[in-house]
Amino acid sequence: MMDVGRHPNIKLLTCSQVESISGYVGNFHVRVHKKARYVVESECTACNDCVEVCPVIIPDEYQQGLSSRKAIYIPFPQAVPSAYLIDMNNCLGTNPIACGKCAEKCDKKCIDYDMKDEIIEFDVGTVIVATGMDVFDPTPLDEYGYGTYENVITSMEFERLLSAGGPSDGHFIRPTDRRKPKTVGFIQCVGSRCEQRGQPYCSNICCMNTIKDTLLLKDHYPDIEAKVFYIDMRAFGKGFEDLFKRSKEAGVQYIRGIPGEIIEDSKTRNLKILVEDTTANKMEEHEFEMMVLSVGVTPRLDMPEVQKLLTLSKTPDGFFMEAHPKLKPVDAPTSGVFFAGCAEAPKDVKDSVTQASAAAARAETLLAAGKVKLEAITSELNADLCRFCTICAQACPYKAITVDPKKKTISYIEALCKGCGTCGAECRFSAIKMKHFTDEQIVSQIDTYLEEDSYDKVIIFACNWCSYAGADTCGGARLQYPPSSRLIRTMCSGRVDEKFVLHAFRKGAPMVVVSGCHYVDCHYIDANRWTQKRVEKLWDKLERLGIRPERLLLEWISAAEGRRFAQTMQDIEELRKKVTKEEIEHTIKILTEEEEKERQKQEKLKK
Amino acid sequence: MPQNDLKIGVFVCECGTNIAGSVDVDTLVEEAKKMDSVVYTAKNRYMCSEPGQQEIKKAIEEQKLDRVVIAACSPRMHEPTFRECVSAVGLNPYLVDMANIREQCSWVHMEDREKATKKAKDIIKAYIARARYLEPQEEKEIPVTRATLVIGGGIAGMQASLDLADAGYQVFLVEKEPALGGIMAQLAKTYPTMDCAI
Repeated sequence: MMDVGRHPNIKLLTCSQVESISGYVGNFHVRVHKKARYVVESECTACNDCVEVCPVIIPDEYQQGLSSRKAIYIPFPQAVPSAYLIDMNNCLGTNPIACGKCAEKCDKKCIDYDMKDEIIEFDVGTVIVATGMDVFDPTPLDEYGYGTYENVITSMEFERLLSAGGPSDGHFIRPTDRRKPKTVGFIQCVGSRCEQRGQPYCSNICCMNTIKDTLLLKDHYPDIEAKVFYIDMRAFGKGFEDLFKRSKEAGVQYIRGIPGEIIEDSKTRNLKILVEDTTANKMEEHEFEMMVLSVGVTPRLDMPEVQKLLTLSKTPDGFFMEAHPKLKPVDAPTSGVFFAGCAEAPKDVKDSVTQASAAAARAETLLAAGKVKLEAITSELNADLCRFCTICAQACPYKAITVDPKKKTISYIEALCKGCGTCGAECRFSAIKMKHFTDEQIVSQIDTYLEEDSYDKVIIFACNWCSYAGADTCGGARLQYPPSSRLIRTMCSGRVDEKFVLHAFRKGAPMVVVSGCHYVDCHYIDANRWTQKRVEKLWDKLERLGIRPERLLLEWISAAEGRRFAQTMQDIEELRKKVTKEEIEHTIKILTEEEEKERQKQEKLKK
Repeated sequence: MPQNDLKIGVFVCECGTNIAGSVDVDTLVEEAKKMDSVVYTAKNRYMCSEPGQQEIKKAIEEQKLDRVVIAACSPRMHEPTFRECVSAVGLNPYLVDMANIREQCSWVHMEDREKATKKAKDIIKAYIARARYLEPQEEKEIPVTRATLVIGGGIAGMQASLDLADAGYQVFLVEKEPALGGIMAQLAKTYPTMDCAI
């Protein structure tokens, strides 16, 4: 922390929040709101004189509320920056007449009740999101009585109680009678691995944290009896199994089973539990003088604010989504933005440090080069054809397009475009051209494929990242499938315009398949949701026109799913065989008439 | 509109027996010749090899080719190779396109040579048709401001800031709370070293 505070290349802004970020990779403009500290940071010597005279006493957050602080305070003795601040929500008033004791006492005169919030602006080339995590609050789980039974504490409170700088100066005491407990029980997975109560995922750090806690406890107080109740003990990292073994050797008992309830003895304030030991297959009763809930990790509550600043996405667990879970685990889908630490997923200190160094290296790749090549496959706007309907702006996952329908203006930042082509597929006025995947290019492929013997060919639109790659994987594994498929590559399934599908049917295709990445894996954040919507609309339209909607399929196939691709092709072949030449002819007739009607309508509109 | 005065070169790769083993490469070359604007065709045992690439470069220069279709493996495999290859003789890298007749044809229809050849022919023709609409594209280069914003001053934010600052870049570290350290600063000790967190 001190290294950061004194580094000449780091400008540290505490009590600060990013208010807005504009621009794009290499060229972000940042506005930061720095809240007033009411103590001049550079002048304060942390002498503590002000604290002694402050009359306000409130719970200390840093100590998990286990002790108190004043309204003027320093979060903890080693804090960086080493300067006090006034908590204005609790100060008796900015008006010195109301109190003003601290300002009076301060020799350096560095307390300024009139200090104003500041807006600081600067430019950067890259952004690292290291916003961290929240700790699960077990209060809603009334079976454990946290908040009611004082001797039930969380693992975070345990940390403070055992810390030399903690509220009890490192002496482990139980809250009700402030004496050392003889027995301590730990309950694992509190708020983790549970769909209904807490989070469905494993929080990654709690098993090792408890093992560490039991070792600390046994080191300090070998006579304390400690038992851990768990579902699985996950000691998977380097050196972790050793610690687990040491803990067991130190006499800590590990019992596989999670207690259903904690009951307090109102006289002794001891805690009783009933648990099924699933290794011994028997019900057991235990009594402890103190219990620790090993609480899990949750996404930060304020994540949506950061998410909006940088157009990020979240995975279903609520943490930030990476550009690719295997190959780009540090990059955000937005160029020039990287993740470090628990913002991306729960991590321990070592993993956070590892990812932070990786994020720094990824950022440095851009910074060292000093220049960045922009995507050449982007969309191109023809403002003359635009009717300001805003659909493109809604569809763009990167907010590269802004439309003001009242002022009839449209603006487009090409550097933000990643080239999914969803805007082009949604635009009904041909105002957007998708470079390298233009309407003409795609239609020419459809036409060529269906020129001869169209009835035994299936047109498959496949997105570059998942389903086209899945077809390649299938080839690599030499998985055989019927030779009726004809693939057309697009960057994203979001590019597949309604008119491409209808064109293929009009040219005699018995079956058309739109395929893309699985819903949450879209390489363009959520562009494939537009694919889904569009295909659903098309199904309705086909039905209305008297064309069997079953002839249009929507398939999600990942890059790894070669087998699924082959199976899908097999299944489609069966469906294709059921489409008769008469049915195809009928479809061609319907759609040719429909095209003519549409053409006449367009002509009228032009007039 | 497609451009009609184009000079398209079509190069079919045998990929050893990977392609030639299950599709008839000579038929493909003959079919390609019949397509509009195709002025040059060739086959090679390994198109991606140095001699294969030399053949493409030579043809572009001698025949003044302005579009190139390479019928070979997946573009996910060798598109960068061929883009670089054509760039070397001055053709815009977006004017080369790959018809995937290996992963999506010869490898997956190994038991039906006739139908596999028919499909490969379709794929090549579709990519020739597409080539007539290809346009040069430009990968614009923009400068990068040599500074980084780090949001969050916990252990991850601090580590990332220090790495970048030590490398000589300006870092702006923004922390919501009044002090650095995040959740880690509240821990008594951290595993696996069992030492102080601050």
